[in-house]
Amino acid sequence: MIAGISIYEILTLTSILFFIGVYGFFTRENLITVLMSVELILNASAVNFVLINTYLYPDLLQGAVFSIFIIALAAAETALAIAIIINLYKLIYSVEVKDTETMKY
Amino acid sequence: METIIFYILSGIIILFAVASVTSRKILRAVIYLLFVLIGIAGLYFLVDYNFLAAIQLTVYGGGIIVLFIFAVLLIHHVELELEKTALKKKLIAGALSASGLLVTLWAISTYPFPETTSTYTSIEVADIGRKLLSYEDGGFILPFEVISVLLVAVMIGAIVVAKGSKLSEDRSRKTEVGSQKSEDGSEKLTENN
Repeated sequence: MIAGISIYEILTLTSILFFIGVYGFFTRENLITVLMSVELILNASAVNFVLINTYLYPDLLQGAVFSIFIIALAAAETALAIAIIINLYKLIYSVEVKDTETMKY
Repeated sequence: METIIFYILSGIIILFAVASVTSRKILRAVIYLLFVLIGIAGLYFLVDYNFLAAIQLTVYGGGIIVLFIFAVLLIHHVELELEKTALKKKLIAGALSASGLLVTLWAISTYPFPETTSTYTSIEVADIGRKLLSYEDGGFILPFEVISVLLVAVMIGAIVVAKGSKLSEDRSRKTEVGSQKSEDGSEKLTENN
């Protein structure tokens, strides 16, 4: 627990981070930068898990374990998505969102 | 003291997050994302979760950022500037996310969080390890195993996807040699390449 900081201030910080990620997800037109916005969103939720655990139930470990799982999933998702993006670049020589039509059926 | 550090860290996080989603130079955007992730590791240190902070620094700061930089360097020129997004799109996205933020903040500020009754103890790495591998109530052995299977699947999947064309070339050659029935299938595969 951080001395002098209430849970409301921390949740405000993580929600601002989350919605900055949402804004980036809406406005970016390059697949790599879209993926970076998703990373921001995932990180905000992981911080939420840890800090709510610390502030409300400090004798339990659930929040820490869940954020470990979130970090593992985020790493897996990023590796796979970058593999797909590089393969897509080999096919169509572009990673802009508007050019990616070859994956549709 | 901790209050001041928290405010400095949150200022760094928000500033660099905004810079990361608005910067038009893609490599700089990745570096700004690195600063955001390091700031979040600082938050973890501030609440005494040393293990999570170490994971955050190694997996995110070490692994994911390097992956992003590799992808950027493989795909773009270093000095490439991204296209400007249309002002209308920016306004709509800004309004949507601002309204979402307002609703979330209102919900948070009106929710009565219960006061903690238990005392705070710092968490040892050994406790997390025992919790992850315990079979008892509230143990995490099943998600732990599922995550390890998922990581293997992702590793194989990333290799197959990233080298996709070569693998399917081999497969189509094999099917051509093997039987005449699958000629249509192999033609499709070579078209995809």
